[in-house]
Amino acid sequence: MIGAITLLLGCHLLGELFIAATGLPLPGPVVGMVILFTGLMTRGGVPDSVAQVSDTLLRNLSLLFVPAGVGVMLHLSLIEKEWLGVTAALIGSSAITVIFTALLMVGLKKLSHLGAND
Amino acid sequence: MDGGFSDIWVYLSASPLLHLFLTLLAYLGGQKLYERLGMHPMVNPVLIAVIALVLILTVTRTPYLVYFEGAQFVHFLLGPATVALALPLYRQVARVRKSLLPILVSVIFGSIVATGSALAIAWLFDVSEATLISIAPKSVTTPVAMGISEKLGGLPSLTAVFVILTGIMGAMIGPLVLNILRIKDWSARGFAIGVAAHGIGTARAMQVSEVAGAFSGLAMGLNALATAILLPLLWNLIF
Repeated sequence: MIGAITLLLGCHLLGELFIAATGLPLPGPVVGMVILFTGLMTRGGVPDSVAQVSDTLLRNLSLLFVPAGVGVMLHLSLIEKEWLGVTAALIGSSAITVIFTALLMVGLKKLSHLGAND
Repeated sequence: MDGGFSDIWVYLSASPLLHLFLTLLAYLGGQKLYERLGMHPMVNPVLIAVIALVLILTVTRTPYLVYFEGAQFVHFLLGPATVALALPLYRQVARVRKSLLPILVSVIFGSIVATGSALAIAWLFDVSEATLISIAPKSVTTPVAMGISEKLGGLPSLTAVFVILTGIMGAMIGPLVLNILRIKDWSARGFAIGVAAHGIGTARAMQVSEVAGAFSGLAMGLNALATAILLPLLWNLIF
């Protein structure tokens, strides 16, 4: 288990180092994800301990957003002033984006004869 | 008695333990309520936990920074958890390979629609310029969105709030609109939620289907990349 945690932290660290070296506008963890993915592809399998630790983290992914979400209390007065525009933009744009992206992807998959229920 | 209690409170609130405990407790409460109400997407555990914690901190007059000293241990795990998204992606690699072109085209146009529609609606409601810039990258995962916002002259911490709220909204509304549209393809469902609602959407997709979770995680990563490149370019063209 310690090995799996070390691996995840190591990939994260490598990702951060890559961003620091290249100055690309990407988050370190996303680069770390690519590094781990490349490693798994090269190895051709997932070690049990890595699967155990990762799946536990991912099952509880929602919890990890709570501390940042509570940060809303820092901006309550600003949001109060423009709540209507902000709420309309967040709800409207989320719905439009989900609808547009899903229909586009289903359409493109049909176009390339992949079948929508894959 | 009263003095004794406030002494204990002062002692406890000075240690990270209390706010770490409250964070987990609030989330467990949200999760229990979510399960009890039949895992309905409109009952979001993150939203319930955030509301409960904001109320507790407001009533006890606890500043956010004091709270975060405890909560940072949970917040820190976002990094390794994002790295761990490589696993569902690896397990679904055959599916991803088969739809590579639809994936790339969908993420580029999805990214433009996510930022464009947010800007257009906010602009119609005549919000301030700082809010307008800060809301543009709202569909992108927090660290990248904050970087983009700063580059364009927005408020990074306000952007972080918009990002979290978007994630919650996306996870709540996304499944409902997809059901109305009768889209049953798990990969397209997950991908759309990932483009619109980053990690919070992915967390929700992961609970429903591993295929949806993998495509959502992939969409989140690709959307971060696409928006970081496209938004500053388009911004300079329009303004």
